[in-house]
Amino acid sequence: MSSQVTLKIDSISVSVKQGTSLLDAARSINIKIPTLCHHEDLCVAGNCRVCMVEQKGSDRLLPACAIPASDGMEIHTNSMKVRNARKQILELLVSEHRAECTTCYKSGNCELQELSHEYILGENAFINLIPFKEYTIDYYSPSIIKDDSKCIRCQRCVRTCDQLQNIGALTVSKKGSEMKISTFFEKPIYQVVCTNCGQCVNRCPTGALTEKNYVEEVWSAINDEKKYVVVQTAPAVRIALGEALGIDPGEIVTGKMVTALRRLGFNSVLDTDFTADLTIIEEGHELLQRLKKVLKDKDKNVRLPMTTSCSPGWIKFIEHIFPDFLPNLSSAKSPQQMFGALAKTFFANKIGVDPASMVSVSVMPCTAKKFEANRPEMYSSGYQDVDYVLTTRELALMIKQAGIDFKSLADDNYDSIMGESSGAAVIFGATGGVMEAALRTVYEVVTGREVPFEGLNITPVRGMEGVREATLKIDKALPEWDFLEGVEVKTCVAHGLANAKRVMESVRDGSSNYHFIEIMACPGGCLGGGGQPIPTSPEIRNARSSAIYREDTLKTIRKSHENPEVVKVYKEFLGEPLGHESHRLLHTHYTPRERY
Amino acid sequence: MTKNLKRLDLIFKNEGDSEAILGKTLARSNEELISDLIASGLKGRGGAGFPTGLKWRLAADDKADEKFIICNADEGEPGTFKDREILTSVPHKVLAGMAVCARIINCRQGFIYLRQEYTYLVPHLNNAIEEFHQLMKKFEVDFQVEIFMGSGAYICGEETALFESMEGKRGEPRNKPPYPTNFGYKGKPTVINNVETLAHTYSIFKYGPEKFRDLGVKDSRGSKVFSVSGDTPIPGIYELEFGMTLQKFVDDFGDGDAKAVQVGGAAGFCVPRKRFEKTIIGYQGKLTGVSLPTGGSMMIFNSSRSMYNVLHNYLDFFVEESCGQCTPCRVGTQQLLMGIQAVKRGERPSTYLDKLLGLAEVMRVTAKCGLGQSVANSFSSIVENFKEEMIY
Ligand SMILES: Cc1cc2nc3c(=O)[nH]c(=O)nc-3n(C[C@H](O)[C@H](O)[C@H](O)COP(=O)(O)O)c2cc1C
Ligand code: SF4
Repeated sequence: MSSQVTLKIDSISVSVKQGTSLLDAARSINIKIPTLCHHEDLCVAGNCRVCMVEQKGSDRLLPACAIPASDGMEIHTNSMKVRNARKQILELLVSEHRAECTTCYKSGNCELQELSHEYILGENAFINLIPFKEYTIDYYSPSIIKDDSKCIRCQRCVRTCDQLQNIGALTVSKKGSEMKISTFFEKPIYQVVCTNCGQCVNRCPTGALTEKNYVEEVWSAINDEKKYVVVQTAPAVRIALGEALGIDPGEIVTGKMVTALRRLGFNSVLDTDFTADLTIIEEGHELLQRLKKVLKDKDKNVRLPMTTSCSPGWIKFIEHIFPDFLPNLSSAKSPQQMFGALAKTFFANKIGVDPASMVSVSVMPCTAKKFEANRPEMYSSGYQDVDYVLTTRELALMIKQAGIDFKSLADDNYDSIMGESSGAAVIFGATGGVMEAALRTVYEVVTGREVPFEGLNITPVRGMEGVREATLKIDKALPEWDFLEGVEVKTCVAHGLANAKRVMESVRDGSSNYHFIEIMACPGGCLGGGGQPIPTSPEIRNARSSAIYREDTLKTIRKSHENPEVVKVYKEFLGEPLGHESHRLLHTHYTPRERY
Repeated sequence: MTKNLKRLDLIFKNEGDSEAILGKTLARSNEELISDLIASGLKGRGGAGFPTGLKWRLAADDKADEKFIICNADEGEPGTFKDREILTSVPHKVLAGMAVCARIINCRQGFIYLRQEYTYLVPHLNNAIEEFHQLMKKFEVDFQVEIFMGSGAYICGEETALFESMEGKRGEPRNKPPYPTNFGYKGKPTVINNVETLAHTYSIFKYGPEKFRDLGVKDSRGSKVFSVSGDTPIPGIYELEFGMTLQKFVDDFGDGDAKAVQVGGAAGFCVPRKRFEKTIIGYQGKLTGVSLPTGGSMMIFNSSRSMYNVLHNYLDFFVEESCGQCTPCRVGTQQLLMGIQAVKRGERPSTYLDKLLGLAEVMRVTAKCGLGQSVANSFSSIVENFKEEMIY
């Protein structure tokens, strides 16, 4: 059997690898077949039936996403029969969809809206079913809003939650006209095992799943004379924000973003990258302390492997699914929360602002960060450490509302005190980045020398493979760390919770023996976070990833411990890593949650 | 038509000879048996009328080391209970058919997927299975049959939804291809046959393919068990030779006032009186449906019946029993139902029926499985033949 098949699509002859879907075969010759339930990150569903095409000699139409190309096929993607079917299927979808586009948060970035426009759907084609239906709108989660009246039952969210995240918070319930996407016992999202990662939001073609937005709250704070509003921006925002403002994926827009934030009226424009560096110092020292206690002191109460703790989706996941491994979680807070705690203490003090009047806003690639900011653990400044979390998408909307022509903005720099960062902080935005940043620092602390990788680029931990392992041998340790001499530090990086689960199961059953594990809840790490511009795809995430590593190499400072502002914050305020103040402000503990 | 078509008693006749028949059959080669099946012209009695011999051959040709045979006893079509009768009176025929299939395709495990409402049959069936397992031991055939209880939804009778349901998932039809003979239960090659189909294989192995082929006409060979209901003085289960005209059928079974017959249940076609004479009961008349669930429902309506109500009932059934995953079926069924209501109430013009006929046609060519694809059968045949009843 040959591995290539040749067929004709719209009279154009095309050869593709056996097993290629008709959809991809058509794409390879630049014929776009519309889709709704299809998503590159997910398995084929074939349930929306929008991608129907006609095969010569066959009475029924074929779903292009689900049918493999085969030799000699003659496919028509735009026949009368096809167009008629597609149009009617769109009319059906619109008839059970609360099509109130003008008031819909997703308007302008809605795949159903776009196709309805392309196919010129007339008014009143079929009977509007919405008035006859009962539907729920779940506003109760701090992260995600689920509006069943906008749902087209494509099940992308269900497949996302199951395949990428292995959670199954969203499932199909009931059948026939009552079939819907539901949760365990139809409880609101905030009551079920949902990590708030927002990957479903990223893949929802309509406005059925969106983030809870805090745009008005932030505007109010900005416009309140009595408030001092600080904003921090996460590493992964700067390499994706442009996408929501007409710029191609992969372009770094840090400078423009800073300018835009000032124009929006934030009083201080600061960088989460600063606390990313701080996280590395704290987490790195925690790792060394654990290694010492386990390897040298033989302390049975200390656990290895240590796992990272900056991804709030991962935190909620481990609380629900692996609560027995909470002691393995680094006690270091995420950069967002370290920032929040410092903003209303150290920073407020420095600039002479009463923390009670300070509003702390963060811009994150993430919906789970909204939940994290609201956690009871996150009040160590005496106030809610981070008041509002905006996603990258919400920031883009604010920039549009303000009438700013983003593309034409000049670059600017972050404010000082908590605005400086290293390349190590920048790469936090990519899967493997925290690991790489930590190793750059830890290795140097232990040996007094730089990590033995050309240009500090620890390539074995980079990439998009779901689970990656790397071993770093400690050579010529300084006397203080002599117990590490010759030790091969075993590390593992996983992204996407399905992969995280695999790794944690290997830890539980003893089939792995890592020292340090980095886990990010989202595919690709924060660059693929649930708050990033929509759409997402492997290609887009790769472009964002390249941008991140490019930004790292452009930085003059590449290692967290060399960030001068970080050095200064220890000198002036925190004292030393893992010291008393650090523990009070920068570390925390989490508690188990129900499995169901 | 010179043949004298008749009622038959092949399926339900129990001559207590299953050991002998099975012994004789298992002594023959796989190739001979498949050729016999193909020569007999037997087509599936539960689904789209797929030639049974060919189905077995396709599964035999796949060289996977694990395969399954499943007897589909989900019998979900309202008013149909012929599979139940077969399993009650001649389960050994069904099991023998499964054993022969297992030998041919090289499989060690079979299942009877039993409709939940038939739970009371389990002890009886388990007895039959136990005897059957003794027989298997005696013939040194490594083959086991287990009962799997269905989960209640009509759609679970659709073969791929049935696999999903057996795998512990939601009973939703899969995309085809791949087909069950290559990728069925647990992703392994699987032969899935209706209860009646399997029972017929027994007759073929017993009497030979010629006897079976002699029954029926053209592409519809053999006999078929029908569940006769509606306006008939003699409702019940009847085995009829294929090829009978509907006129002859209503003469035999009607109450003298039949205005229409729904052939093949909700998924089948409605034939009006004027076409009784021309319509032959069999596959080629498309009469047993494009994809006939469980097959064999014949419902007679006399002139007192409102065809609007009949259609309304069928649509209620589809609106509820669609699995809901694909757009044309989930939303289309609702639109058809609400559409005829709106026309009846005068909220939409009668021309809206044409739009609905167009929709039904789109559903036929775009729905993912036989359920959505076959809604057009009853819808279009009733609306086209009884338009006035829809409007006034
Ligand atoms: C909605 C739906 C329901 C079905 N229900 C049944 C059923 O209850 N019993 C059955 O034998 N086949 C049923 N079928 C057909 C099966 O999918 C399958 O084609 C059949 O079991 C194959 O057996 P056969 O080749 O012996 O006919 C159903 C099909 C559809 C689309
Ligand atoms: S046609 Fe109906 S029953 Fe079949 S897959 Fe689609 S929605 Fe489900």
